[in-house]
Amino acid sequence: MAGGPSLMDSLFQRSLEDLIKGIRQQTGAAESTTFISKSVDEIRREIKSTDPQTKTIALQKLTYLHSLHAVDMSWAAFHSIELSSSTVFHSKRAGYLAASISFNPSTDVILLLTHQLRKDLSSANPHEVSLALQTLSSICTADLARDLTPELFTLLNSNKSFVKKKAIATVLRVFELYPDAVRVCFKRLVENLENSDVNVVSSVVGVFCELACKDPRSYLPLAPEFYRILVDSRNNWLLIKVLKIFAKLAPLEPRLGKRVVEPICEHLRRTVAKSLAFECVKTIVTGLMQYESAVKLAIEKIREFLMEDDPNLKYLGLQALAAIAPMFLGAVVENKEVVIKSLSDEDVNIKLEALKLVMAMVSEDNVAEICRVLISYALKSDPDFCNEILGSILSTCSRNYYEIIIDFDWYVSLLGEMARVPHCQKGEEIENQLVDIGMRVRDVRPVLVRVGRELLIDPALLGNYFFHRILSAAAWVSGEYVEFSKNPFELMEALLQPRTNLLPPSIRAVYIHSTFKILTFCAYSYFFPDETISSLTSGVADSVKNGGFPESSDLASSVAYGELDEGFNPRMLHESLKDDSVNKGKNKITDLDHSAQDSLVGMVNIVEATLGPLVGSHDVEIQDRVKNVLGLIELIRQEIHGSLVPKGELKASEVVRVMYNAFSEELGPVSLSAQERVPLPDGLELKENLTDLEAICGDFRVPVLSSFSLEKPRSLEMDAITVSDHQHEEDHEPSNESTSLLIEHRKRHGLYYLPSEEREKVPNDYPPANDISVQNKANDEEKDLVKLTEQSLVPKKKPTAKPRPVVVKLDDGDAIRIDQKKLELKDDQISGAVRDVLLGNEAVASSSRTDKSDKSSSRRSGKDTSMPLESNVDLTNEESSGLGNKNSRKNKHRSHGKEKSHRSSRKVGGESDQKDKPKSSHPHGRHKLRQKADGTVNVAAQSPVIPDFLL
Amino acid sequence: MINAVIVMNDQGKPRLVKFYTFQTVEKQQQLIRSIYGVLCSRANNVSNFIKVDSLFGNDARLVYKAFATLYFIFVFDSSENELAMLDLMQVFVETLDKCFHNVCELDLVFNFNKVHTILDEIILGGQVLETSTSEVVRAVEEISKMEKNANSIMLGPSISGWSSR
Repeated sequence: MAGGPSLMDSLFQRSLEDLIKGIRQQTGAAESTTFISKSVDEIRREIKSTDPQTKTIALQKLTYLHSLHAVDMSWAAFHSIELSSSTVFHSKRAGYLAASISFNPSTDVILLLTHQLRKDLSSANPHEVSLALQTLSSICTADLARDLTPELFTLLNSNKSFVKKKAIATVLRVFELYPDAVRVCFKRLVENLENSDVNVVSSVVGVFCELACKDPRSYLPLAPEFYRILVDSRNNWLLIKVLKIFAKLAPLEPRLGKRVVEPICEHLRRTVAKSLAFECVKTIVTGLMQYESAVKLAIEKIREFLMEDDPNLKYLGLQALAAIAPMFLGAVVENKEVVIKSLSDEDVNIKLEALKLVMAMVSEDNVAEICRVLISYALKSDPDFCNEILGSILSTCSRNYYEIIIDFDWYVSLLGEMARVPHCQKGEEIENQLVDIGMRVRDVRPVLVRVGRELLIDPALLGNYFFHRILSAAAWVSGEYVEFSKNPFELMEALLQPRTNLLPPSIRAVYIHSTFKILTFCAYSYFFPDETISSLTSGVADSVKNGGFPESSDLASSVAYGELDEGFNPRMLHESLKDDSVNKGKNKITDLDHSAQDSLVGMVNIVEATLGPLVGSHDVEIQDRVKNVLGLIELIRQEIHGSLVPKGELKASEVVRVMYNAFSEELGPVSLSAQERVPLPDGLELKENLTDLEAICGDFRVPVLSSFSLEKPRSLEMDAITVSDHQHEEDHEPSNESTSLLIEHRKRHGLYYLPSEEREKVPNDYPPANDISVQNKANDEEKDLVKLTEQSLVPKKKPTAKPRPVVVKLDDGDAIRIDQKKLELKDDQISGAVRDVLLGNEAVASSSRTDKSDKSSSRRSGKDTSMPLESNVDLTNEESSGLGNKNSRKNKHRSHGKEKSHRSSRKVGGESDQKDKPKSSHPHGRHKLRQKADGTVNVAAQSPVIPDFLL
Repeated sequence: MINAVIVMNDQGKPRLVKFYTFQTVEKQQQLIRSIYGVLCSRANNVSNFIKVDSLFGNDARLVYKAFATLYFIFVFDSSENELAMLDLMQVFVETLDKCFHNVCELDLVFNFNKVHTILDEIILGGQVLETSTSEVVRAVEEISKMEKNANSIMLGPSISGWSSR
């Protein structure tokens, strides 16, 4: 590879074609890689050749390899520049092509190209100019833009439209990188709107279309020019771009919309080109929704699109329909047959759009039915679309705090049902909603627990990875709201079933924690039956007493006892046997109590048997929680067996009560910004170095939960309590303290948490959720859905069985604060410059960064200053081209008619323009005048932008 | 504006790659692979649009069309009309057809430079310049003529034969 190129290299150089053939002959990936790297070595030699032809071919080969085989060619940047200066067109083109493909803003030699570009931009050969323009538009940097602006300015006046249109397209890039170029070139750009060559006009409009996307307001003064094109032109390409501009401008200026709506409708009626028709529809849909006749026409067109066989038109039609839906839902309903039919289209694009539209039709009256049908669609579609369906159901139903959900029992059951859809991958979202609803909607908790139970007791679900998040929510719900459970024992079994070892540790920890809560609850019910009954109306206490556990406990108990039998944990076996014998020895308790005690003891045994081995778990989270549970069990045992409590220590039952009360604290949704709003207490030092403390407390730091965010506040509090509990098993003081602290904290910062109301009495015979399992036999779901959506618009107020439960919302905190959209500096600069040019106040804006607030007044001032100012009249008019023309047009409009006056003013402007140097300074008087205007008319914002045109 | 024009064959091999906003070649290859992955999975007779927000940023759309063994792909943003892009693709393909007389994949494979010339006459800096096939063909022929003349002057007849590519 070393050494310079020899004559042999030149003579026997492989051409690009040879190279391509060579690559194509290589069979494997490895071979072609070797071949390519060998070729690159060749090229490295050849490219140093003094023979321009050899060099050219070498660079062409390298460009090819770079573009299609991702070979690095940054090292050849200088050779590209060298060749671009060749007098041979072929070599020049190779050089420029290589540059435009491979250079990037950080290419260091890029500035060396400036001179050559300048030379070629001024070339008499249009193709050379064209090459330079192509290259410039691809690799432009701020420096190149600055240095070459004068050449571009000249080219904008070229008499060859072949060159001119390219120069115009290049100007866009230059504007973006060097906003000051706007001051120089903008006027000529605007003039080219009048060009007779449609390609030139098209380029200019294209440029304005891009510019207007970023800041439409600045281009309002040009509306008359665009309007003329809209009315006069018959070129579809051009019209499409103009329509795009009007779609941006019309919302800003109501009178403009009024003016353009008729021509647009005219085009829509007249045109046979689908692209133009679609653009008209889009323009109406985005910017002219207040013109009913236009919207009607657009809807008609959309319907035509939907009827087409071409899937593209159908897809775009559905898209347009989706855009119209928020304001004219009727349009969607009119087309519902097509929409629903599209749900089973083979094209996924069309399906997705249809789904969006179906979701738009959902209302609180039909949500249940639509969801039912959609779920059945989900069951039979491919995994991706299935999840799209589930996702949109979830997001639609949860929108604005479950706004459209009246029957939460139904919705919670639906969530459970969705979880069971085979392809469901929306576990996380379902998890969040289950927990969220649990916290926000008090009335739904019994059903929530029921749904959770159904999920938990199914051992098959544990094997499905996507299901774990949902199970985590189910476990949490079961633990948190265990008082609504009909059978806590069953829940306990479900939480302890052997297959839970399939769960990831973070979720297993949730399971264990829920076990802890349930155990606390049961122990409490046992120790304080009266309180339980008085505080809870569901017959939980009874079920505890009657020991619903032993009979139905095949699964967990057999496992647990199995373990016992196998002597898995001999110590425990021994203990439990002993316990039993002790129990039997006592006859103080009544039969009822006895059986309750049996069941509690049974539960305790099972828990201990199952969780005991986990003490040695490697996962801290699991280990920690298991220890909590075992600690509690120890306490319960003591109490049950009435072991003597040393004086001064609290009875275990009291500890249970304290813990139960801690768990009974209502958890509410917490505002995102709650933390910030808590005032920093005096004396709290957050910045102090706590390494010393860490050394002391290192042993029992509270593990931070990462998996289950909603639970976090609670579980941290919990840990604080239970850990300390564990530390001093007999001593309840710390837990009591933290509980009271918690209560106090909530009292103090009540604002940031939910007001903890009195626990409502939930009747035992809570009405069951809508039975959605009733299978609809009708095969034709489409028809079904059509019928449903039919009703969606008719606001029928059927008396609902029960009123919508209260959904807790936080006043503000949940809303994500959206930062003010910031315009990019560059865009801002362009718009600033554009405004300056259009409105003729260059003198002020030497900084090129005009303040936004300046805009209105400057516009006004531009108008003010268009009064005769001695010899500068023409100049001013020309500078403020849009506005100036308008003014002159207004003056002459009445006498000569628009077109003519327009031309005449142009002509004058054109002449003066020759004298007009870029960055010409401006009369002082105007500047002053402007400032005056600034002071006075600041408030008269936005109104008189294009008055003459509109009236 | 138009962000990229890509032509690849049905094996996912790129034949023409032109990005109008700078991307490193590695990124280009990666994008091409992702696009190919999506294209493969699509049936015939479905719509020609693909959502590519994830690949090209917000607002980006992609339109593709299969011609024989080739996929033609345009990536563009909201300032372009979807159907017009399909038309433009038609213009491009027709121009190629005229320039190569019944264009096939091999023509694109072996005429890297010429294909770029043609594309550059139609699109510049992401802006549509010319939509008339005949105009493009004329400009391209002019350029070819200039190149040939220049070559023959410089090299003489002996070598020009096999170096004209």
